[in-house]
Amino acid sequence: MGTTVPPTKYNTRRQTSNGFSLFRRTALESDTEPGRMVLTKGTGLWVDSWHRLKKNRPAMAGLAFIIILVVVALTAPLLAPVSPYAQELDLRLAPPGTPRADGHGVYILGADHMGRDILSRIIYGSRISLAVGLVSEFIVSVIGITLGAIAGYYGGRVDNIIMRISDIMFAFPDLLFAIGIMFALGPSIFNVFIALGVVGWAGMARLVRSQVIALKEMDFVEAARAQGLSDWMIVTRHILPNCLGPIIVSISLGIPGAIMGEAGLSFLGLGAQPPLASWGSMIYDARPYFTTDPLFSVFPGIAIMLTVFAFNLFGDGLRDALDPRLKS
Amino acid sequence: MLQFIARRILATIPVLIGVTLITFILVNVVPGDPITAMMEKRADPATVAKLRHEYGLDAPLYLQYLRFLGHAVEGDLGKSFRTKQPVTQAIMEHFPATVKLAVSSMLVALILGLAVGIISAVKQYSWFDHGSMILALAGISAPIFWVAIMLQILFGMYWKVLPISGYTGWRSMVLPAVVLGSRYAASIARLTRSSLLETTRQDYVRTARAKGLSERVVIFKHALKNAIIPVVTVIGLQIGGLLTGAILTESVFGIPGLGRLAIDAINHRDFPLIQGTVLFTAVIYVLSNLVVDISYAYLDPRIRLE
Repeated sequence: MGTTVPPTKYNTRRQTSNGFSLFRRTALESDTEPGRMVLTKGTGLWVDSWHRLKKNRPAMAGLAFIIILVVVALTAPLLAPVSPYAQELDLRLAPPGTPRADGHGVYILGADHMGRDILSRIIYGSRISLAVGLVSEFIVSVIGITLGAIAGYYGGRVDNIIMRISDIMFAFPDLLFAIGIMFALGPSIFNVFIALGVVGWAGMARLVRSQVIALKEMDFVEAARAQGLSDWMIVTRHILPNCLGPIIVSISLGIPGAIMGEAGLSFLGLGAQPPLASWGSMIYDARPYFTTDPLFSVFPGIAIMLTVFAFNLFGDGLRDALDPRLKS
Repeated sequence: MLQFIARRILATIPVLIGVTLITFILVNVVPGDPITAMMEKRADPATVAKLRHEYGLDAPLYLQYLRFLGHAVEGDLGKSFRTKQPVTQAIMEHFPATVKLAVSSMLVALILGLAVGIISAVKQYSWFDHGSMILALAGISAPIFWVAIMLQILFGMYWKVLPISGYTGWRSMVLPAVVLGSRYAASIARLTRSSLLETTRQDYVRTARAKGLSERVVIFKHALKNAIIPVVTVIGLQIGGLLTGAILTESVFGIPGLGRLAIDAINHRDFPLIQGTVLFTAVIYVLSNLVVDISYAYLDPRIRLE
C-alpha cells in the first residue's frame, strides 16, 4: 500500500478541474484512510464548474469587466462628471479635452452635437445596455422555458403546435422581425425589451424542449411519477433543475445578442428615443458628423464592443465549464 | 433523396402560411388603422373613409387577411401608400442590390473564413491560431454598423482609397462586402477550425497519414471534406443573419437594397410596403433554408433517413 498518495495540495479540489477522476481517487483514499475524508466535502456540478471557470482566464477577464460594468451602471450618478442631459450649446461637438464652460473640469471624450458630455452619456448608457440584456433575456426565459417544457413534457399535439409556431418565428431574420415589432408597437426603449424578448423565445423553447425530452425518460423522473407527484412538481422540481446548465449558458450568450439588437434598433432610430442616452442611439446621433467629427462615433462603439466581448468571453467560458464534454 | 426533398417542401408550406399571418398581424395590430396613422390628425373623415374603402381596410380583418394571402400568392403585394408604386415592383427594383451585397459578402466570408480556419487548425496553438481566434471573437463583438462607420472614416476619409458610400460600381461594394463578410468569416473560421481539429483525430485520417500521404493530401482530400459539412449548415443558417446585417450595412453605405426600402417604409409609415418587404425577406429566408437543408442531405446521407 506504499503507493497511496497523501492528501497534499496536489489532490485538493483546486486541481481537479480536468475531470472527475481525482474526485474518485480521494474517495478511495478515504476508504483506506478514514481520517482524511475532509477533501471530498462540498463538490457537485456547480462547485466543479466554478473551479473550471476560475481557471479560464479569458472568461474571468470577461466576468471582471461585467462586474465593473454593473458597478458603473449602479453608481452612474456618482461616476459621471456631469448630467448626461446637461447642454452647453456653445461647445457643441467640442473635441476631447475642451474645458467646460461651467468650470466642471473638461470634456474628457468631447461633447456631442447638442453640447452634452459624451463620457457621461456613455456611463449612463451602460444602464440601458444592461437593462436590455437582462429584461429581454428574462422575457425570453419565461416564455421559452414555459413553452419548451410544456412541448417537451407533454409531446403530441401540444408539442407539434408549439414547435410549428417556433418554426415560423425562426423564418424571420432576427432584426427584421424586431423592426416589424417596433413598427407595430412604436419606438421606445420599453418596446425594445418586448421586441427582443418576443424574437428570442423560440430558440430557448427548442433548447428546453430537447432537454426535457431527454430527461423525462430517466429513472429519477419515473421514480417521481411513481411517488404520485403532479406534473407541475415533476417538471419544476425534478426536470428543470437538471437542465439549468444549458439554460444559463443560453442566457449568458443571449445577453450580448440583446445588447447588440438594442444598439442596432437604436441606430436605425427605432429604439431609445432622445434625449435618452443609449450607445446605439449615440452612434445614430454621431452619424451625420462622421466626416467632420469622427471621434464622436468612436467611443460609444468601443463601449458596445467591450461589453459584448466581455459577455461572449464569459458565456463561452461558462459553456466549457458547465459541460466539459463540449470542450475540444 | 427525392422523397426527402418532397417531404421538406411540404413542411415548408405551413411555415410560409404562418409567415404571412404573422406579417399581417404585425402590420395590422398598430393602434388605429393604417390610414389614420399615415395621415395623422389633419385628415378629414370623408377622405379617410374613401381611402379605407379603396385599400379594402373597411372589411373584417380575416377577410383582409385572406385577400392579402390570395393576392400575395399571385405576386401582388398591393401599392405603396406614398408613391403608389406596386410593392412587388419596388421590391424587385431594390432586391438586386441586396443580392449583390449578400453574394459578395458571402464570397469574402468563405475565402477569409476557410483560409483562416484551416491555417488555425493545422497550426493549432500557434500565434496565428490564438491571434486570429481572439480577433474573430472581438470582430463578432463589434456592432456591424459601427465597424462600417469606422472603415468609412479610415478608407474613405483619411486614406481616400475607396468611396465612402453610394452604389456606383464594384469599388463602392468593397467596403460593404468586407464589413458584412468579415463578420461571417469570423464564425466560419471558428467553426472550420474546431470541425477540422475534430476530424483530424478520426481513425481514417490516422490511416491516411500512416499510408504515408503528404500532409496536404491528408488535410485537403481526407479531413476537410468531412469537416466542411457543419460549415455548410452554418453558412445556411447565416443567410438570415446576412439579411439582417444587410439592413444595417445598406443603411450605413446608402445602398438602395431591401433593407433601405424597409427602413424608408417604416419612416414614412407606408404599411403595404412594410408588409411586402418583411414578407418577401422572410420568404427568401425560408426558401434558402430549404435549399440548404436539401444540400445538407446531399452531403450527409444520414440526414435523409430521419
